[in-house]
Amino acid sequence: MDQRNGLEDGVTTSMLAAPEPVQAAQGAIQNNAWLIIAIPLLGAAVLLLAGRRANGWGHLLGCATVIASFGYALALFTSVGGAEQAARSLHLFSWIPVNSLQVDFGLRIDPLSLVFVLLITGVGALIHIYSIGYMAHDQQGRAGRGNTERRRFFGYLNLFVAAMLILVLGNSFVTLYLGWEGVGLASYLLIGFWQQRPSAAGAATKAFVMNRVGDVGLALAIFLLYARLGTTQYSEVFARAGELSTGTVLAISLLLLLGACGKSGQVPLQAWLPDAMEGPTPVSALIHAATMVTAGVYLIARANPLYSMTETGQLVVAIVGVVTLLVGCVIGCAYDDIKKVLAYSTVSQIGYMMLAVGLGPAGYALGIMHLLTHGFFKAALFLGAGSVMHGMRDEVDMRKFGGLYRYMPITFATFAVGYLALIGFPFLSGYYSKEAIIAAAFAEPGWQGWALGGAAVLGAGLTAFYMTRLMLLTFFGERRWQHRTASDGGEFHPHESPPVMTGPMIVLAVGSVAAGFLFTSGERLVHFLSPALGELQEGHTVLPHSVIPVFTLGFSALGVLVAWLVVGRRPVPETAPSRVSPLVRAARADLYGNALNRAVAVRPTVGLADGLARFDRAGVDGTVNGVATTLGAASQVLRRWQTGFVRSYAMSMLVGGVLLVAALLSVGTP
Amino acid sequence: MTPTYYLLLSALLFTIGTVGVLIRRNAIVLFMCVELMLNAVNLSLVTFARIEGSIDGQAMAFFVMVVAAAEVVVGLAIIMSIYRTRRSASVDDANLLKY
Amino acid sequence: MTMTATTEVLVRTPLAQTAQQGVVGTGETVVFWILGPLALLGALGMVFARSAVHSALWLVLTMLSLGVLYMAQSAQFLGFTQIIVYTGAIMMLFLFVLMIVGRDASDSVVEVLRGQRLAAGVLGVALAALLVAGLARSLDAVVPAAPLNPWSPGGGAAGGLGQVIFTDYLFPFELTSALLITASLGAMVLAYGGKGRKPRMTQRETVEARFQGKYSRPSPLPGPGVYATANSVATPALLPDGSVAEDSLSEILDSTPVERLRPDRDAVSGSVPPPDAHALTGTGHPEHGSERSTSGSTPDSGGEETPDGDSGDGTPGDGGGKNGSTGHAGSHGAAGATDDPQSPDDTAHPDAGSSSPEEVRQ
Repeated sequence: MDQRNGLEDGVTTSMLAAPEPVQAAQGAIQNNAWLIIAIPLLGAAVLLLAGRRANGWGHLLGCATVIASFGYALALFTSVGGAEQAARSLHLFSWIPVNSLQVDFGLRIDPLSLVFVLLITGVGALIHIYSIGYMAHDQQGRAGRGNTERRRFFGYLNLFVAAMLILVLGNSFVTLYLGWEGVGLASYLLIGFWQQRPSAAGAATKAFVMNRVGDVGLALAIFLLYARLGTTQYSEVFARAGELSTGTVLAISLLLLLGACGKSGQVPLQAWLPDAMEGPTPVSALIHAATMVTAGVYLIARANPLYSMTETGQLVVAIVGVVTLLVGCVIGCAYDDIKKVLAYSTVSQIGYMMLAVGLGPAGYALGIMHLLTHGFFKAALFLGAGSVMHGMRDEVDMRKFGGLYRYMPITFATFAVGYLALIGFPFLSGYYSKEAIIAAAFAEPGWQGWALGGAAVLGAGLTAFYMTRLMLLTFFGERRWQHRTASDGGEFHPHESPPVMTGPMIVLAVGSVAAGFLFTSGERLVHFLSPALGELQEGHTVLPHSVIPVFTLGFSALGVLVAWLVVGRRPVPETAPSRVSPLVRAARADLYGNALNRAVAVRPTVGLADGLARFDRAGVDGTVNGVATTLGAASQVLRRWQTGFVRSYAMSMLVGGVLLVAALLSVGTP
Repeated sequence: MTPTYYLLLSALLFTIGTVGVLIRRNAIVLFMCVELMLNAVNLSLVTFARIEGSIDGQAMAFFVMVVAAAEVVVGLAIIMSIYRTRRSASVDDANLLKY
Repeated sequence: MTMTATTEVLVRTPLAQTAQQGVVGTGETVVFWILGPLALLGALGMVFARSAVHSALWLVLTMLSLGVLYMAQSAQFLGFTQIIVYTGAIMMLFLFVLMIVGRDASDSVVEVLRGQRLAAGVLGVALAALLVAGLARSLDAVVPAAPLNPWSPGGGAAGGLGQVIFTDYLFPFELTSALLITASLGAMVLAYGGKGRKPRMTQRETVEARFQGKYSRPSPLPGPGVYATANSVATPALLPDGSVAEDSLSEILDSTPVERLRPDRDAVSGSVPPPDAHALTGTGHPEHGSERSTSGSTPDSGGEETPDGDSGDGTPGDGGGKNGSTGHAGSHGAAGATDDPQSPDDTAHPDAGSSSPEEVRQ
């Protein structure tokens, strides 16, 4: 058990716990598990095709489908049973039967997919209910039967849920890819939901294009798998993973990482996630906090047999996670937009998850645990932010908030619970998952342990700082909104949100608190996930076990204190100060992430397009036009022969005749 | 002397007719030069008929004559109607089909 | 070689009469060497004659020569057809059209196209050289076949030709007849058809047009006059003082020279005593008739002369006159008179008459 992830090449798969025999689905509930996907998909189809007729009841149908899916998922969970059950496979239909490429559409029901299904449908259902209230009035202020936007919104949300379920329930990489693309499409539709806004449309396109860059990596990895193994089904791939050469495994792992970076917003493809806050807040909560951005983590966790075979690949994943972690924290300290801060917080927390799955068998389950807890508290935070915005005329600038705890008590309470969970307050859910990751990071051998662990601790401190700053600016302090006007010119009248919105927030807050106990007591979650992710291997840490939590808590407390000193005790300026240190300026500019993208990707592409356009104009068009012009010029010269004089024409005929006769006489036989 | 001399005469008449077409400006005279060329060809046809000892060449010359007659009729009618409208019988004056 | 070639051809053509050789006889040689150069002369004359009618006449010479040459080559029917149809009908048609069109400035000496004459000359010489060289080289030892017997079917006379035309070449014959019909219809349409032919003006309209100035003068040109001694168009009318009325001078024809008119003019002007009215009857008393009545007798003698003179003067007028174009109304008399001195036809008159038209004008 001391052998953690230092596995040599050609290791036999018996050392990896993943490839257990896959059984066929049994029983009515398991055999009809496809209903979990089909019900939201049907809901999406109905809502999007029914048109204005469905305006009155569309939102209710949208919620009902996801709640039904959640119920079925619970039933499925109980039918599958305890942690000792292996994966179950449900074959649905033959999808791509082309000669040697045989891809079947089937479902794989194992612990990993089950937890994800529960997360998606559960949190999704709560957010659907929240959206009934949040989207109650469309942009023109119409409600009820006039509200076409809400129906369309629920249609897209259902589509997203269906696609995400395909992603996690599929039993082959190709099915995963189908769901991958589906969530990308849904994300595009939802980010750019308010299409009239150019910023929203641009953000949607940016998200889609950057996802595409990652998708190339995923597609190449699937191609490589198929080329080497001839199959893309999980069970077969993991059973025969030993046939692959080291280079191939490394290549596949890096390509899968590229896909994960695109979908999860990791460095270097993180720039789209903050811009995705242009969409409605429920979208940010569901897609860009709880579910879609976690698809990358799911991918790596699902492919853990491959990652366990390559130490270099794991190290790269861990480094990417750590870098993203720190980048997200640093930038999050400098923004005044409440949603953007939460977005960078998401980037940073997913960095934690990447770090965890990059630690090999020691960390797969820990990453998934943090994913689940993060799903709860980040969704709670986002919904709280949406509630604040709802009460503050959709204002997002925190410099215009202040002292709101008295006006929005329930929002404040749930938000505070989520905040405490995020910074790792003892005994809340985030504490358990984050501490476990940091401990596993320190357990790495050599310099990796110090580097990864230290960075993770530093990240914890920074997280505490910026989240405390957010809390102080929003809920405490003087009421700066009383003498300010909103962006649309009206007065602020902060009020609490209706119960349809506060209900889900309360549920999520409870989950943020309780999930920690649920998952950690008796290491229940880890054991549950072990058939899919392997046994969790604990190692020796460079620091004693009891020191690490104290260390981390100390850093977090330090962060809170600094925030209170810097932000809480001083008056908050109305506009962001311009004379700031270079680090703050860089952080405000996303650590020059967008500038880098512009220089590396956008400008060369635009230059190439310009060059091609110029070549087309000058070269191709020039050639064609040049031919035409030459012909025209030649005609201008030759037309002078048409003098109109019959005798000139007769002369030319005679010349031709004489030449012919001369030729005949000289060539022909005498 | 051989019948070839007739052919040479025919060639010379043909050439003179050609040069006349190029030089003369009056449309009717130009037409007459064309008639001269046709006559030269007739002579050569008759000569060949004589050389071969068959009558086919003469039949051909006969048809040439008939066609020449028809051509003269129509051509002169055209020249006359051009003259009526343009008051000029010079071929150089009918030069509108130019660039 | 030539024999076998000829024999092959003779075998192919069904109407070859004999397979024997013929000769070019002495008579034919003489005919050729006389008429050949004559034909060439006619062709050259046609091309280089300045007057269009002269060109036509030179061409007639060529065609007649060719007709006889056809006959010399035992193509009798064709030879006569050449003379009757080609020369007789077609060239006459040319001449008719030339008369209608008349003479205009189309044959001035100046050549409009640069280098046309030089190029035509060079190319003509080149073409002639090439053709002659080619023919001479390839056909230098030709032996003609025996001449066709005109009395037998298949000979060169009408019967032989007719047999061929109506049997072997029936289809071309029918086509050519259709062509002829088409040609005559076309010519009719072109010459008499056309758009916008107005109906003839009535008398009233003509008078109105005349007095509105649409014509050059309100009345027709004066004729020779009541007391003229000759009534040809060439005789000018005399005014009461004996001078010549310029309006009556013909544009196309040369007018009668003044010497011939002297007696008439004297009689009209009264400078000469009128002849005795009873001279023939011998009553002898001079009665005063009008000058015009007595001048009737004198012009009789003059009239005998002038028709002769007229026939000499009035050569159908290509040389001296302008045609009847209504180009410039006021200038007919003067222009007609000015051209006269240059016309070479004046030298054909019995009188040395270069000064006479001017005197006539006085």
